[in-house]
Amino acid sequence: MVERIVSGAHYGLRDWLMQRITGVAMALYSLFMVAFLLTHQPLQFAEWSGLFQNQWMRLASLLFLLSLYLHAWVGVRDILMDYVHHTVLRLTAEALVILALVGCTAWSVQILWSIR
Amino acid sequence: MTRKRPKYLNLFRIKLPLPGIVSFLHRVSGALLFIAIPLFLAVFQLTLNSPADFDKVRQGLESPLVKLVLIVLLWGYSHHFFAGLRFIAMDMGIGMELGKTRRNSWLVLTFSLTLTAMIGGWLW
Repeated sequence: MVERIVSGAHYGLRDWLMQRITGVAMALYSLFMVAFLLTHQPLQFAEWSGLFQNQWMRLASLLFLLSLYLHAWVGVRDILMDYVHHTVLRLTAEALVILALVGCTAWSVQILWSIR
Repeated sequence: MTRKRPKYLNLFRIKLPLPGIVSFLHRVSGALLFIAIPLFLAVFQLTLNSPADFDKVRQGLESPLVKLVLIVLLWGYSHHFFAGLRFIAMDMGIGMELGKTRRNSWLVLTFSLTLTAMIGGWLW
């Protein structure tokens, strides 16, 4: 009989792998962003918004932010599983985190695709 | 011979080894960065909204409190970055020996603090 945690079924290898893939994706994007900022000092609005007018940059940024949200979900859920032992409290917290991250996803799309 | 063992886990009496501290800070910085996501999105949106809002963010950066928050978040990001790379290296079996885990833990702490100090100094 395997005891399963009600709020965390089917985690394991998949989440471990997702954490690595999203982490590497974010690291690469971060390096690009650092290089851009270093070569554009002092940063002007025109250059900054111009960067995000590029469709590829929007997609790359969306991928970065989606990676961030998936990565944050795995990480925050791990923290909640470790410290919040009361099942109802933990489920509530996890649901709030999911809702917040889905909201952030919609917000991110809105930000990236409303740049003039 | 019976050894005296602690009967409960008292956080103030647990002495973590260095790799444990790096691992714990990875968790702390992750939680910090998670909390900062809405703040980050709001500022990101402002910087792209209009030249006036872009300047507003730049003016906001003059405030010492904002600088302090930014420096803490910069530390969180760089610590999470380097500690994450260390975990990936260890997944691939690199730097797993006892002496090496301690040494690369020092490296993670040093890299992130140096980077934070450099950017923080420039920012301030």
